[in-house]
Amino acid sequence: MSEPQVGRSPPDPVRDNQFKRELVTLIPHLRAFARTLTGDPTAADDLAQDAMMKAWDARASFQLGTNMKAWTFMILRNQFYSEKRRSWRQSQLDQEAAERTLVAVDDPEAPVALDELRLGLGMLPAEQREALILVGAGGFAYEEAAEICGCAVGTVKSRVSRARRALQAILEAGAYDRDGGSAGDAMHAILADAERLSSLR
Amino acid sequence: MQMQFGVEDMIEHVPMEDKRKSAAALDEARLRQQAIGVKLRQMFDEVVNEPVPDEFLDILRKAEPPAGGR
Repeated sequence: MSEPQVGRSPPDPVRDNQFKRELVTLIPHLRAFARTLTGDPTAADDLAQDAMMKAWDARASFQLGTNMKAWTFMILRNQFYSEKRRSWRQSQLDQEAAERTLVAVDDPEAPVALDELRLGLGMLPAEQREALILVGAGGFAYEEAAEICGCAVGTVKSRVSRARRALQAILEAGAYDRDGGSAGDAMHAILADAERLSSLR
Repeated sequence: MQMQFGVEDMIEHVPMEDKRKSAAALDEARLRQQAIGVKLRQMFDEVVNEPVPDEFLDILRKAEPPAGGR
């Protein structure tokens, strides 16, 4: 009587294998995106695993040859926000975890500039942060980011540009929440570090 | 990217000073945004370049239908 479970009897094993190979190459990117959403490495990996399995279960609805990276990012993002909605308490815990991770930087070798950037990012509204991450770090076009976030292209553009301006202002002001930090040094650290990085390449 | 100076910049001496200043400010802002962009990508790529925990592949393997029995 009951239908066989999705994935139990694949109609097309060749296609499934192709799908899986592509999905595996996207795992590192899903982990990175999840990390920026949750701010907590453990929660991020849980989220990325959930998204990966959701993508696998929904593989029949994916059109091979189209942008699987954007498709899986959309799944991950939806998963993140539906989990957040499920319980206010949980989202508060997420927030606390995110703040802990953003602040807890004990590695003396870690470049200062990167810590400041994380702190600055943490101060942006969530929708600005994700837009900036997708376009500025994830390598997505505005159109793809709009699809992932389920909003208009113009909305993504304005979120990215507001995020850029706000982030620069935060870093220049040194207005991040960190005691003992030398205010105003963040932007200089980032400039110096970016210069060092580009000279290495 | 370079700022463009038109012919009028060469002729009008006083405004040129102002234009130079605002051009320098624009260059500086652009430099800062580029630096932020570099750091953003570095932050993201650091995670991308981490080895994927075995758990991910284990989970995916379990979801796989048995291939040709063994």
